[in-house]
Amino acid sequence: MREGVRYKIERFFKDTLIHIFLIIVSVTCIFPLLWMIGSSLKTQQTVFSDMRIIPAHPVWGNFYAAWTRGGFGVYFLNSVFYTVTVVFGIMIISSLAAFAFSRLRFPGKNILFYMFLAAMMIPLPGSFVPLYVLMTKLHLINTRIGYILCMINVGLSFSIYLLKTFFDQLPAELEDTARIDGCSRLGIWWNVALPLAKPAIAVIVIFNSLNVWNEYILATLIFSSKSLMPLQRGLMMFQGAHITQYPLLMAGMTMTTLPIVLVYLLMQRHIIKGITAGAVVG
Amino acid sequence: MKARDIFKNYLFILPAVAIFSVFYIYPFFKVFALSLCQWDGIAQFDFAKSFIWFRNFSELFRDRIWWQAMLQAGYITLIALTFQNALALTLALACDRDIKGGNIYRVIFYLPPVLSEIVVGLVWRWIYDGNYGLLNYWLQNIGLSRLVTDWLSNPNTALTCVAIIHCWKGFGWGFIIFLAGLQTIPRQLYEVARVDGASSWQLFKNVTMPLMVPVFILVSILTILGTMQVFVLILSMTNGGPGYHTEVPVTRILASMVGSSRFGYACSQGIVFGAILLVISFMQIRLSKYMRQA
Repeated sequence: MREGVRYKIERFFKDTLIHIFLIIVSVTCIFPLLWMIGSSLKTQQTVFSDMRIIPAHPVWGNFYAAWTRGGFGVYFLNSVFYTVTVVFGIMIISSLAAFAFSRLRFPGKNILFYMFLAAMMIPLPGSFVPLYVLMTKLHLINTRIGYILCMINVGLSFSIYLLKTFFDQLPAELEDTARIDGCSRLGIWWNVALPLAKPAIAVIVIFNSLNVWNEYILATLIFSSKSLMPLQRGLMMFQGAHITQYPLLMAGMTMTTLPIVLVYLLMQRHIIKGITAGAVVG
Repeated sequence: MKARDIFKNYLFILPAVAIFSVFYIYPFFKVFALSLCQWDGIAQFDFAKSFIWFRNFSELFRDRIWWQAMLQAGYITLIALTFQNALALTLALACDRDIKGGNIYRVIFYLPPVLSEIVVGLVWRWIYDGNYGLLNYWLQNIGLSRLVTDWLSNPNTALTCVAIIHCWKGFGWGFIIFLAGLQTIPRQLYEVARVDGASSWQLFKNVTMPLMVPVFILVSILTILGTMQVFVLILSMTNGGPGYHTEVPVTRILASMVGSSRFGYACSQGIVFGAILLVISFMQIRLSKYMRQA
Protein backbone atom coordinates (compact mmCIF):
# COMPACT_ATOMS: atom_id res chain seq x y z
CA MET A 1 0.00 0.00 0.00
CA ARG A 2 2.69 2.46 1.06
CA GLU A 3 4.69 1.52 -2.00
CA GLY A 4 1.72 2.41 -4.18
CA VAL A 5 1.31 5.88 -2.68
CA ARG A 6 5.00 6.56 -3.01
CA TYR A 7 4.89 5.44 -6.61
CA LYS A 8 1.93 7.70 -7.32
CA ILE A 9 3.60 10.76 -5.78
CA GLU A 10 6.79 10.05 -7.67
CA ARG A 11 4.86 9.64 -10.88
CA PHE A 12 2.99 12.92 -10.24
CA PHE A 13 6.21 14.90 -9.82
CA LYS A 14 7.79 13.28 -12.82
CA ASP A 15 4.76 14.03 -14.99
CA THR A 16 4.66 17.64 -13.81
CA LEU A 17 8.32 18.12 -14.70
CA ILE A 18 7.74 16.55 -18.10
CA HIS A 19 4.74 18.79 -18.72
CA ILE A 20 6.75 21.89 -17.82
CA PHE A 21 9.44 20.86 -20.29
CA LEU A 22 6.91 20.09 -23.03
CA ILE A 23 5.08 23.37 -22.46
CA ILE A 24 8.30 25.39 -22.71
CA VAL A 25 9.12 23.76 -26.03
CA SER A 26 5.54 24.30 -27.24
CA VAL A 27 5.74 28.00 -26.39
CA THR A 28 8.92 28.41 -28.44
CA CYS A 29 7.13 26.71 -31.34
CA ILE A 30 4.12 29.02 -31.25
CA PHE A 31 5.69 32.27 -30.10
CA PRO A 32 7.23 33.42 -33.42
CA LEU A 33 3.85 32.94 -35.10
CA LEU A 34 2.09 35.01 -32.45
CA TRP A 35 4.77 37.66 -32.80
CA MET A 36 4.24 37.73 -36.56
CA ILE A 37 0.46 38.06 -36.24
CA GLY A 38 0.77 40.66 -33.47
CA SER A 39 3.20 42.75 -35.52
CA SER A 40 0.87 42.68 -38.49
CA LEU A 41 -1.66 44.52 -36.30
CA LYS A 42 0.68 47.39 -35.32
CA THR A 43 1.29 50.65 -37.16
CA GLN A 44 4.52 51.68 -38.80
CA GLN A 45 5.16 53.97 -35.80
CA THR A 46 4.44 51.50 -33.00
CA VAL A 47 5.96 48.38 -34.55
CA PHE A 48 9.47 49.25 -33.35
CA SER A 49 8.50 50.57 -29.94
CA ASP A 50 5.48 48.57 -28.82
CA MET A 51 6.94 45.26 -27.68
CA ARG A 52 3.65 43.82 -26.48
CA ILE A 53 2.77 40.72 -28.43
CA ILE A 54 -0.84 41.66 -29.07
CA PRO A 55 -1.12 45.46 -29.46
CA ALA A 56 -3.71 47.42 -27.48
CA HIS A 57 -5.23 48.95 -30.63
CA PRO A 58 -4.98 46.42 -33.45
CA VAL A 59 -4.80 47.94 -36.93
CA TRP A 60 -6.58 45.63 -39.34
CA GLY A 61 -5.98 48.00 -42.26
CA ASN A 62 -2.51 46.50 -42.76
CA PHE A 63 -4.11 43.45 -44.29
CA TYR A 64 -6.03 45.54 -46.78
CA ALA A 65 -2.93 47.57 -47.63
CA ALA A 66 -0.80 44.43 -48.03
CA TRP A 67 -3.44 42.77 -50.19
CA THR A 68 -3.75 45.77 -52.54
CA ARG A 69 -0.68 48.05 -52.32
CA GLY A 70 1.72 45.27 -51.31
CA GLY A 71 0.53 43.09 -54.19
CA PHE A 72 -0.13 40.14 -51.92
CA GLY A 73 -3.62 39.71 -53.36
CA VAL A 74 -2.13 38.77 -56.72
CA TYR A 75 0.53 36.55 -55.13
CA PHE A 76 -2.08 34.84 -52.98
CA LEU A 77 -4.38 34.01 -55.89
CA ASN A 78 -1.39 32.81 -57.91
CA SER A 79 -0.36 30.50 -55.08
CA VAL A 80 -3.88 29.10 -54.82
CA PHE A 81 -3.97 28.55 -58.57
CA TYR A 82 -0.57 26.80 -58.69
CA THR A 83 -1.34 24.65 -55.68
CA VAL A 84 -4.70 23.48 -57.00
CA THR A 85 -3.51 22.75 -60.55
CA VAL A 86 -0.25 21.07 -59.54
CA VAL A 87 -1.89 18.88 -56.90
CA PHE A 88 -4.70 17.93 -59.27
CA GLY A 89 -2.17 17.08 -61.98
CA ILE A 90 -0.06 14.99 -59.61
CA MET A 91 -3.12 13.16 -58.36
CA ILE A 92 -4.33 12.13 -61.82
CA ILE A 93 -0.93 11.39 -63.37
CA SER A 94 0.53 9.53 -60.41
CA SER A 95 -2.57 7.44 -59.76
CA LEU A 96 -2.74 6.38 -63.42
CA ALA A 97 0.92 5.37 -63.34
CA ALA A 98 0.72 3.71 -59.91
CA PHE A 99 -2.35 1.74 -61.03
CA ALA A 100 -0.46 0.49 -64.08
CA PHE A 101 2.66 -0.37 -62.04
CA SER A 102 0.55 -2.30 -59.55
CA ARG A 103 -2.11 -3.96 -61.71
CA LEU A 104 -1.28 -4.00 -65.43
CA ARG A 105 1.29 -6.00 -67.34
CA PHE A 106 3.72 -4.51 -69.85
CA PRO A 107 7.40 -5.02 -70.70
CA GLY A 108 9.92 -2.91 -68.77
CA LYS A 109 7.56 -2.36 -65.86
CA ASN A 110 10.08 -2.96 -63.10
CA ILE A 111 12.84 -0.93 -64.73
CA LEU A 112 10.54 2.04 -65.16
CA PHE A 113 9.31 1.80 -61.58
CA TYR A 114 12.85 1.59 -60.21
CA MET A 115 13.69 4.65 -62.26
CA PHE A 116 11.11 6.64 -60.31
CA LEU A 117 12.40 5.16 -57.04
CA ALA A 118 16.00 6.02 -57.90
CA ALA A 119 14.98 9.63 -58.53
CA MET A 120 13.88 9.82 -54.91
CA MET A 121 17.14 8.40 -53.56
CA ILE A 122 19.83 10.09 -55.66
CA PRO A 123 20.48 13.58 -54.33
CA LEU A 124 20.80 16.09 -57.14
CA PRO A 125 21.66 19.43 -55.53
CA GLY A 126 21.59 22.31 -57.95
CA SER A 127 19.26 20.49 -60.33
CA PHE A 128 17.64 23.89 -60.82
CA VAL A 129 20.55 24.90 -63.07
CA PRO A 130 19.84 22.50 -65.96
CA LEU A 131 16.11 22.85 -65.33
CA TYR A 132 16.42 26.59 -65.90
CA VAL A 133 18.37 25.95 -69.10
CA LEU A 134 15.68 23.55 -70.27
CA MET A 135 12.86 25.95 -69.49
CA THR A 136 14.56 28.72 -71.44
CA LYS A 137 15.03 26.39 -74.40
CA LEU A 138 11.38 25.34 -74.37
CA HIS A 139 10.25 28.97 -73.97
CA LEU A 140 8.59 28.02 -70.71
CA ILE A 141 10.46 30.61 -68.66
CA ASN A 142 8.14 33.15 -67.03
CA THR A 143 5.04 31.11 -67.87
CA ARG A 144 2.49 29.53 -65.57
CA ILE A 145 2.46 26.24 -67.44
CA GLY A 146 6.26 25.91 -67.13
CA TYR A 147 6.14 26.28 -63.38
CA ILE A 148 3.18 23.91 -63.07
CA LEU A 149 4.92 21.17 -65.09
CA CYS A 150 8.12 21.53 -63.06
CA MET A 151 6.23 21.25 -59.79
CA ILE A 152 4.22 18.24 -60.98
CA ASN A 153 7.53 16.53 -61.69
CA VAL A 154 8.81 17.35 -58.19
CA GLY A 155 5.92 15.55 -56.51
CA LEU A 156 5.57 12.66 -58.93
CA SER A 157 8.02 10.03 -57.64
CA PHE A 158 6.89 10.06 -54.03
CA SER A 159 3.22 10.00 -55.02
CA ILE A 160 3.63 7.10 -57.44
CA TYR A 161 5.55 5.12 -54.84
CA LEU A 162 2.98 5.74 -52.11
CA LEU A 163 0.00 4.91 -54.32
CA LYS A 164 1.62 1.81 -55.80
CA THR A 165 2.27 0.30 -52.38
CA PHE A 166 -1.33 1.12 -51.50
CA PHE A 167 -2.77 -0.47 -54.65
CA ASP A 168 -0.62 -3.56 -54.05
CA GLN A 169 -2.47 -4.18 -50.81
CA LEU A 170 -5.93 -4.07 -52.38
CA PRO A 171 -7.47 -7.52 -53.02
CA ALA A 172 -7.59 -8.50 -56.69
CA GLU A 173 -11.17 -9.82 -56.44
CA LEU A 174 -12.53 -6.27 -56.37
CA GLU A 175 -11.42 -5.47 -59.86
CA ASP A 176 -12.27 -8.95 -61.11
CA THR A 177 -15.94 -8.32 -60.35
CA ALA A 178 -15.69 -4.97 -62.08
CA ARG A 179 -14.06 -6.60 -65.08
CA ILE A 180 -16.81 -9.21 -65.31
CA ASP A 181 -19.29 -6.35 -65.22
CA GLY A 182 -17.62 -5.09 -68.37
CA CYS A 183 -15.53 -2.28 -66.93
CA SER A 184 -12.56 -1.17 -69.02
CA ARG A 185 -9.15 -0.66 -67.44
CA LEU A 186 -9.72 3.07 -67.31
CA GLY A 187 -13.11 2.36 -65.75
CA ILE A 188 -11.57 0.16 -63.07
CA TRP A 189 -9.02 2.88 -62.30
CA TRP A 190 -11.73 5.52 -61.99
CA ASN A 191 -14.56 3.51 -60.39
CA VAL A 192 -12.69 0.99 -58.23
CA ALA A 193 -9.06 1.95 -57.59
CA LEU A 194 -9.40 5.70 -57.00
CA PRO A 195 -12.32 5.57 -54.53
CA LEU A 196 -10.59 2.81 -52.54
CA ALA A 197 -7.31 4.75 -52.47
CA LYS A 198 -8.84 7.74 -50.71
CA PRO A 199 -6.60 7.49 -47.60
CA ALA A 200 -3.44 7.39 -49.73
CA ILE A 201 -4.71 10.17 -51.98
CA ALA A 202 -5.43 12.32 -48.93
CA VAL A 203 -1.76 11.99 -47.90
CA ILE A 204 -0.62 12.86 -51.43
CA VAL A 205 -2.90 15.88 -51.71
CA ILE A 206 -1.88 17.34 -48.36
CA PHE A 207 1.83 16.73 -48.78
CA ASN A 208 2.02 18.13 -52.25
CA SER A 209 -0.14 21.12 -51.30
CA LEU A 210 2.25 22.04 -48.50
CA ASN A 211 5.17 21.52 -50.84
CA VAL A 212 3.82 23.68 -53.66
CA TRP A 213 2.57 26.41 -51.33
CA ASN A 214 5.99 26.65 -49.66
CA GLU A 215 8.14 26.29 -52.78
CA TYR A 216 10.57 29.12 -53.39
CA ILE A 217 13.56 28.43 -55.61
CA LEU A 218 11.87 27.36 -58.86
CA ALA A 219 9.42 30.24 -58.51
CA THR A 220 12.43 32.56 -58.24
CA LEU A 221 14.20 31.21 -61.29
CA ILE A 222 11.16 30.85 -63.52
CA PHE A 223 9.16 34.02 -62.87
CA SER A 224 10.23 37.56 -63.61
CA SER A 225 6.75 39.14 -63.91
CA LYS A 226 5.16 40.14 -60.64
CA SER A 227 1.72 39.20 -61.93
CA LEU A 228 2.73 35.52 -62.15
CA MET A 229 4.60 35.12 -58.86
CA PRO A 230 3.38 32.99 -55.95
CA LEU A 231 3.49 34.10 -52.30
CA GLN A 232 6.93 32.93 -51.18
CA ARG A 233 8.57 34.76 -54.05
CA GLY A 234 6.36 37.78 -53.44
CA LEU A 235 7.41 37.93 -49.80
CA MET A 236 11.09 38.06 -50.74
CA MET A 237 10.37 40.71 -53.39
CA PHE A 238 8.48 42.86 -50.92
CA GLN A 239 11.15 42.35 -48.28
CA GLY A 240 13.85 43.47 -50.70
CA ALA A 241 11.97 46.54 -51.90
CA HIS A 242 10.42 47.85 -48.66
CA ILE A 243 12.72 46.57 -45.98
CA THR A 244 11.32 48.79 -43.23
CA GLN A 245 7.60 48.29 -43.83
CA TYR A 246 7.38 45.57 -41.22
CA PRO A 247 3.63 45.70 -40.51
CA LEU A 248 2.79 45.14 -44.18
CA LEU A 249 5.43 42.42 -44.51
CA MET A 250 4.08 40.70 -41.41
CA ALA A 251 0.53 40.97 -42.75
CA GLY A 252 1.71 39.34 -45.99
CA MET A 253 3.44 36.60 -44.02
CA THR A 254 0.32 36.02 -41.93
CA MET A 255 -1.71 35.62 -45.12
CA THR A 256 0.89 33.15 -46.36
CA THR A 257 0.88 31.16 -43.15
CA LEU A 258 -2.73 31.00 -42.00
CA PRO A 259 -4.08 28.79 -44.82
CA ILE A 260 -1.24 26.31 -44.26
CA VAL A 261 -1.80 26.23 -40.52
CA LEU A 262 -5.55 25.73 -40.97
CA VAL A 263 -5.07 22.88 -43.44
CA TYR A 264 -2.51 21.37 -41.10
CA LEU A 265 -4.78 21.52 -38.06
CA LEU A 266 -7.66 19.95 -39.98
CA MET A 267 -5.59 17.24 -41.60
CA GLN A 268 -2.84 16.52 -39.10
CA ARG A 269 -3.59 12.79 -38.90
CA HIS A 270 -2.93 12.30 -42.61
CA ILE A 271 0.17 14.46 -42.38
CA ILE A 272 1.67 12.38 -39.59
CA LYS A 273 0.99 9.25 -41.68
CA GLY A 274 2.68 10.83 -44.67
CA ILE A 275 5.87 11.79 -42.80
CA THR A 276 6.34 8.27 -41.55
CA ALA A 277 5.72 6.88 -45.04
CA GLY A 278 8.07 9.44 -46.57
CA ALA A 279 10.84 8.62 -44.13
CA VAL A 280 10.61 4.90 -44.81
CA VAL A 281 11.11 5.54 -48.54
CA GLY A 282 14.35 7.42 -47.87
CA MET B 1 -1.42 -10.66 -74.49
CA LYS B 2 -2.23 -8.66 -77.58
CA ALA B 3 -0.01 -5.82 -78.72
CA ARG B 4 -3.02 -3.53 -78.54
CA ASP B 5 -3.47 -4.35 -74.86
CA ILE B 6 0.17 -3.68 -74.10
CA PHE B 7 -0.03 -0.40 -75.94
CA LYS B 8 -3.11 0.57 -73.92
CA ASN B 9 -1.32 -0.31 -70.72
CA TYR B 10 1.57 1.95 -71.66
CA LEU B 11 -0.86 4.82 -72.03
CA PHE B 12 -1.41 4.72 -68.25
CA ILE B 13 2.21 5.51 -67.49
CA LEU B 14 2.77 7.75 -70.49
CA PRO B 15 2.03 11.14 -68.83
CA ALA B 16 4.19 10.31 -65.82
CA VAL B 17 7.10 9.00 -67.90
CA ALA B 18 6.89 11.94 -70.31
CA ILE B 19 7.04 14.59 -67.59
CA PHE B 20 9.68 12.66 -65.73
CA SER B 21 11.89 12.29 -68.81
CA VAL B 22 11.71 15.93 -69.76
CA PHE B 23 11.99 17.48 -66.29
CA TYR B 24 14.16 14.94 -64.48
CA ILE B 25 16.13 12.63 -66.76
CA TYR B 26 17.11 15.26 -69.32
CA PRO B 27 18.35 17.74 -66.66
CA PHE B 28 20.12 14.89 -64.89
CA PHE B 29 22.32 14.15 -67.91
CA LYS B 30 22.54 17.80 -68.88
CA VAL B 31 24.31 18.48 -65.57
CA PHE B 32 27.15 16.17 -66.55
CA ALA B 33 27.48 17.68 -70.02
CA LEU B 34 27.39 21.26 -68.76
CA SER B 35 29.92 20.56 -66.01
CA LEU B 36 32.58 20.08 -68.69
CA CYS B 37 31.78 23.38 -70.37
CA GLN B 38 32.31 27.06 -69.91
CA TRP B 39 28.99 28.71 -70.65
CA ASP B 40 27.29 31.92 -69.52
CA GLY B 41 23.74 30.64 -69.99
CA ILE B 42 22.92 33.35 -72.51
CA ALA B 43 24.79 32.57 -75.73
CA GLN B 44 23.63 29.72 -77.95
CA PHE B 45 24.99 26.55 -76.31
CA ASP B 46 27.54 24.73 -78.45
CA PHE B 47 29.08 21.74 -76.69
CA ALA B 48 32.16 21.47 -78.93
CA LYS B 49 33.02 25.15 -78.64
CA SER B 50 32.54 25.52 -74.92
CA PHE B 51 34.08 22.18 -73.93
CA ILE B 52 36.96 22.73 -71.46
CA TRP B 53 37.63 19.19 -70.13
CA PHE B 54 37.75 19.04 -66.33
CA ARG B 55 38.87 22.59 -65.71
CA ASN B 56 35.70 23.42 -63.77
CA PHE B 57 36.48 20.59 -61.37
CA SER B 58 40.13 21.45 -60.90
CA GLU B 59 39.14 25.04 -60.17
CA LEU B 60 36.47 23.82 -57.77
CA PHE B 61 38.99 21.85 -55.71
CA ARG B 62 40.99 25.04 -55.21
CA ASP B 63 37.90 27.19 -54.53
CA ARG B 64 38.36 28.14 -50.88
CA ILE B 65 34.92 29.71 -50.49
CA TRP B 66 33.30 26.53 -51.79
CA TRP B 67 35.02 24.37 -49.18
CA GLN B 68 34.35 26.96 -46.51
CA ALA B 69 30.66 26.71 -47.48
CA MET B 70 30.92 22.92 -47.24
CA LEU B 71 32.41 23.17 -43.74
CA GLN B 72 29.71 25.61 -42.67
CA ALA B 73 26.99 23.25 -43.90
CA GLY B 74 28.83 20.53 -41.99
CA TYR B 75 28.74 22.68 -38.85
CA ILE B 76 24.97 23.21 -39.17
CA THR B 77 24.58 19.48 -39.79
CA LEU B 78 26.60 18.62 -36.70
CA ILE B 79 24.37 20.84 -34.58
CA ALA B 80 21.26 19.32 -36.16
CA LEU B 81 22.54 15.77 -35.60
CA THR B 82 23.29 16.32 -31.93
CA PHE B 83 21.12 19.11 -30.57
CA GLN B 84 18.07 18.75 -32.80
CA ASN B 85 17.94 14.95 -32.64
CA ALA B 86 18.61 14.85 -28.91
CA LEU B 87 15.73 17.26 -28.38
CA ALA B 88 13.50 15.25 -30.73
CA LEU B 89 14.31 12.00 -28.93
CA THR B 90 13.78 13.50 -25.47
CA LEU B 91 10.41 14.87 -26.49
CA ALA B 92 9.42 11.57 -28.10
CA LEU B 93 10.35 9.66 -24.94
CA ALA B 94 8.33 12.13 -22.86
CA CYS B 95 5.26 11.80 -25.09
CA ASP B 96 5.60 8.01 -25.38
CA ARG B 97 4.70 7.49 -21.70
CA ASP B 98 0.93 7.85 -21.58
CA ILE B 99 0.96 11.52 -20.72
CA LYS B 100 -2.11 13.73 -20.75
CA GLY B 101 -2.45 15.93 -23.83
CA GLY B 102 0.20 13.99 -25.74
CA ASN B 103 -1.65 14.57 -28.97
CA ILE B 104 -1.77 18.36 -28.48
CA TYR B 105 1.99 18.45 -28.02
CA ARG B 106 2.42 16.37 -31.14
CA VAL B 107 0.35 18.82 -33.17
CA ILE B 108 2.30 21.81 -31.82
CA PHE B 109 5.76 20.30 -32.35
CA TYR B 110 5.04 19.61 -35.99
CA LEU B 111 3.91 23.19 -36.60
CA PRO B 112 7.36 24.66 -37.49
CA PRO B 113 8.12 21.98 -40.11
CA VAL B 114 4.85 22.84 -41.88
CA LEU B 115 5.74 26.52 -42.27
CA SER B 116 7.66 27.81 -45.26
CA GLU B 117 11.36 28.47 -44.87
CA ILE B 118 10.86 32.00 -46.18
CA VAL B 119 8.33 32.87 -43.47
CA VAL B 120 10.41 31.22 -40.74
CA GLY B 121 13.55 32.96 -41.94
CA LEU B 122 11.94 36.41 -42.16
CA VAL B 123 10.28 36.21 -38.72
CA TRP B 124 13.46 35.10 -37.00
CA ARG B 125 15.53 37.59 -38.94
CA TRP B 126 13.49 40.33 -37.35
CA ILE B 127 13.63 38.77 -33.86
CA TYR B 128 17.45 38.60 -34.20
CA ASP B 129 17.68 42.14 -35.62
CA GLY B 130 20.40 44.29 -34.03
CA ASN B 131 18.40 47.51 -33.68
CA TYR B 132 14.75 46.55 -33.40
CA GLY B 133 14.95 42.85 -32.59
CA LEU B 134 12.99 41.28 -29.78
CA LEU B 135 15.97 39.21 -28.62
CA ASN B 136 18.13 42.25 -27.90
CA TYR B 137 15.17 44.01 -26.28
CA TRP B 138 14.70 41.13 -23.87
CA LEU B 139 18.40 40.79 -23.16
CA GLN B 140 18.51 44.47 -22.18
CA ASN B 141 15.44 44.10 -20.00
CA ILE B 142 16.83 41.21 -18.00
CA GLY B 143 20.15 42.99 -17.53
CA LEU B 144 22.27 41.10 -20.03
CA SER B 145 23.12 44.15 -22.16
CA ARG B 146 26.67 42.92 -22.63
CA LEU B 147 25.32 40.03 -24.75
CA VAL B 148 23.50 42.41 -27.11
CA THR B 149 24.84 42.16 -30.64
CA ASP B 150 23.68 42.33 -34.23
CA TRP B 151 23.18 38.57 -34.28
CA LEU B 152 22.98 37.93 -38.00
CA SER B 153 25.59 40.52 -39.02
CA ASN B 154 28.17 39.42 -36.50
CA PRO B 155 30.52 36.84 -38.09
CA ASN B 156 30.91 35.08 -34.75
CA THR B 157 27.22 34.48 -34.14
CA ALA B 158 25.53 34.43 -37.58
CA LEU B 159 26.14 30.78 -38.47
CA THR B 160 25.10 29.45 -35.08
CA CYS B 161 21.95 31.59 -35.11
CA VAL B 162 20.99 30.16 -38.50
CA ALA B 163 21.75 26.63 -37.28
CA ILE B 164 19.51 27.11 -34.23
CA ILE B 165 16.60 28.19 -36.41
CA HIS B 166 17.21 25.24 -38.69
CA CYS B 167 16.92 22.96 -35.65
CA TRP B 168 13.84 24.85 -34.46
CA LYS B 169 12.21 24.16 -37.81
CA GLY B 170 13.33 20.54 -37.98
CA PHE B 171 13.06 18.94 -34.56
CA GLY B 172 9.30 18.29 -34.90
CA TRP B 173 9.97 16.05 -37.86
CA GLY B 174 12.52 13.95 -35.96
CA PHE B 175 10.13 13.84 -33.03
CA ILE B 176 7.36 12.29 -35.15
CA ILE B 177 9.66 9.60 -36.55
CA PHE B 178 11.15 8.77 -33.15
CA LEU B 179 7.68 8.58 -31.61
CA ALA B 180 6.47 6.27 -34.38
CA GLY B 181 9.53 4.09 -33.74
CA LEU B 182 9.00 4.01 -29.98
CA GLN B 183 5.38 3.02 -30.40
CA THR B 184 6.34 -0.13 -32.30
CA ILE B 185 8.23 -1.45 -29.25
CA PRO B 186 5.96 -4.00 -27.52
CA ARG B 187 4.90 -2.82 -24.05
CA GLN B 188 5.35 -6.34 -22.64
CA LEU B 189 9.10 -6.01 -23.07
CA TYR B 190 9.12 -3.09 -20.63
CA GLU B 191 6.86 -4.91 -18.18
CA VAL B 192 8.99 -8.06 -18.19
CA ALA B 193 12.15 -6.03 -17.67
CA ARG B 194 10.54 -4.02 -14.88
CA VAL B 195 9.39 -7.19 -13.07
CA ASP B 196 12.99 -8.33 -13.27
CA GLY B 197 13.88 -5.13 -11.36
CA ALA B 198 15.37 -3.02 -14.14
CA SER B 199 15.65 0.74 -13.48
CA SER B 200 14.38 3.34 -15.93
CA TRP B 201 17.89 3.98 -17.21
CA GLN B 202 18.52 0.26 -17.65
CA LEU B 203 15.23 -0.03 -19.53
CA PHE B 204 16.29 2.78 -21.85
CA LYS B 205 19.79 1.42 -22.36
CA ASN B 206 18.96 -2.26 -22.79
CA VAL B 207 15.48 -2.30 -24.29
CA THR B 208 14.74 1.01 -26.02
CA MET B 209 18.16 1.84 -27.47
CA PRO B 210 18.93 -1.46 -29.24
CA LEU B 211 15.46 -1.62 -30.78
CA MET B 212 15.70 1.99 -31.94
CA VAL B 213 19.03 1.62 -33.78
CA PRO B 214 17.42 1.37 -37.26
CA VAL B 215 15.33 4.45 -36.51
CA PHE B 216 18.42 6.36 -35.31
CA ILE B 217 20.26 5.50 -38.51
CA LEU B 218 17.28 6.49 -40.65
CA VAL B 219 16.83 9.82 -38.88
CA SER B 220 20.51 10.64 -39.03
CA ILE B 221 20.79 9.86 -42.76
CA LEU B 222 17.80 12.06 -43.51
CA THR B 223 19.04 14.78 -41.17
CA ILE B 224 22.42 14.87 -42.90
CA LEU B 225 20.98 14.83 -46.42
CA GLY B 226 18.40 17.48 -45.53
CA THR B 227 20.67 19.79 -43.56
CA MET B 228 23.63 19.73 -45.94
CA GLN B 229 21.27 20.92 -48.69
CA VAL B 230 19.68 23.70 -46.62
CA PHE B 231 19.59 27.04 -48.39
CA VAL B 232 16.18 28.74 -48.61
CA LEU B 233 16.30 29.45 -44.87
CA ILE B 234 19.73 31.02 -45.39
CA LEU B 235 18.57 33.10 -48.35
CA SER B 236 15.80 34.58 -46.24
CA MET B 237 17.89 35.08 -43.07
CA THR B 238 21.36 36.22 -44.13
CA ASN B 239 21.74 35.60 -47.87
CA GLY B 240 25.12 34.07 -47.10
CA GLY B 241 26.50 37.06 -45.23
CA PRO B 242 28.19 38.65 -43.38
CA GLY B 243 31.00 38.14 -45.89
CA TYR B 244 30.83 34.46 -46.68
CA HIS B 245 30.16 33.36 -43.10
CA THR B 246 26.81 31.67 -43.69
CA GLU B 247 27.35 30.42 -47.23
CA VAL B 248 26.49 26.76 -47.83
CA PRO B 249 27.06 24.67 -50.99
CA VAL B 250 23.66 25.27 -52.56
CA THR B 251 23.87 29.05 -52.09
CA ARG B 252 27.28 28.88 -53.82
CA ILE B 253 25.74 26.95 -56.73
CA LEU B 254 23.06 29.61 -56.97
CA ALA B 255 25.70 32.35 -56.83
CA SER B 256 27.70 30.75 -59.66
CA MET B 257 24.57 30.52 -61.74
CA VAL B 258 22.65 33.73 -61.06
CA GLY B 259 25.45 35.89 -59.66
CA SER B 260 28.33 35.23 -62.04
CA SER B 261 26.55 33.49 -64.95
CA ARG B 262 28.87 30.50 -64.84
CA PHE B 263 26.46 27.66 -65.60
CA GLY B 264 29.16 25.07 -66.23
CA TYR B 265 30.88 25.79 -62.96
CA ALA B 266 27.55 25.65 -61.11
CA CYS B 267 26.91 22.18 -62.57
CA SER B 268 30.34 20.89 -61.53
CA GLN B 269 29.59 22.14 -58.00
CA GLY B 270 26.29 20.26 -58.08
CA ILE B 271 27.97 17.03 -59.16
CA VAL B 272 30.74 17.17 -56.55
CA PHE B 273 28.24 17.96 -53.83
CA GLY B 274 25.82 15.23 -54.98
CA ALA B 275 28.67 12.70 -54.98
CA ILE B 276 29.67 13.70 -51.44
CA LEU B 277 26.08 13.25 -50.24
CA LEU B 278 25.83 9.87 -51.95
CA VAL B 279 29.06 8.69 -50.28
CA ILE B 280 27.80 9.83 -46.87
CA SER B 281 24.51 7.97 -47.20
CA PHE B 282 26.25 4.81 -48.44
CA MET B 283 28.62 4.91 -45.48
CA GLN B 284 25.70 5.22 -43.11
CA ILE B 285 23.79 2.35 -44.70
CA ARG B 286 26.90 0.17 -44.40
CA LEU B 287 27.29 1.25 -40.81
CA SER B 288 23.71 0.31 -40.04
CA LYS B 289 24.18 -3.17 -41.54
CA TYR B 290 27.35 -3.62 -39.51
CA MET B 291 25.62 -2.54 -36.32
CA ARG B 292 22.69 -4.85 -36.91
CA GLN B 293 25.08 -7.79 -37.16
CA ALA B 294 27.03 -6.81 -34.05
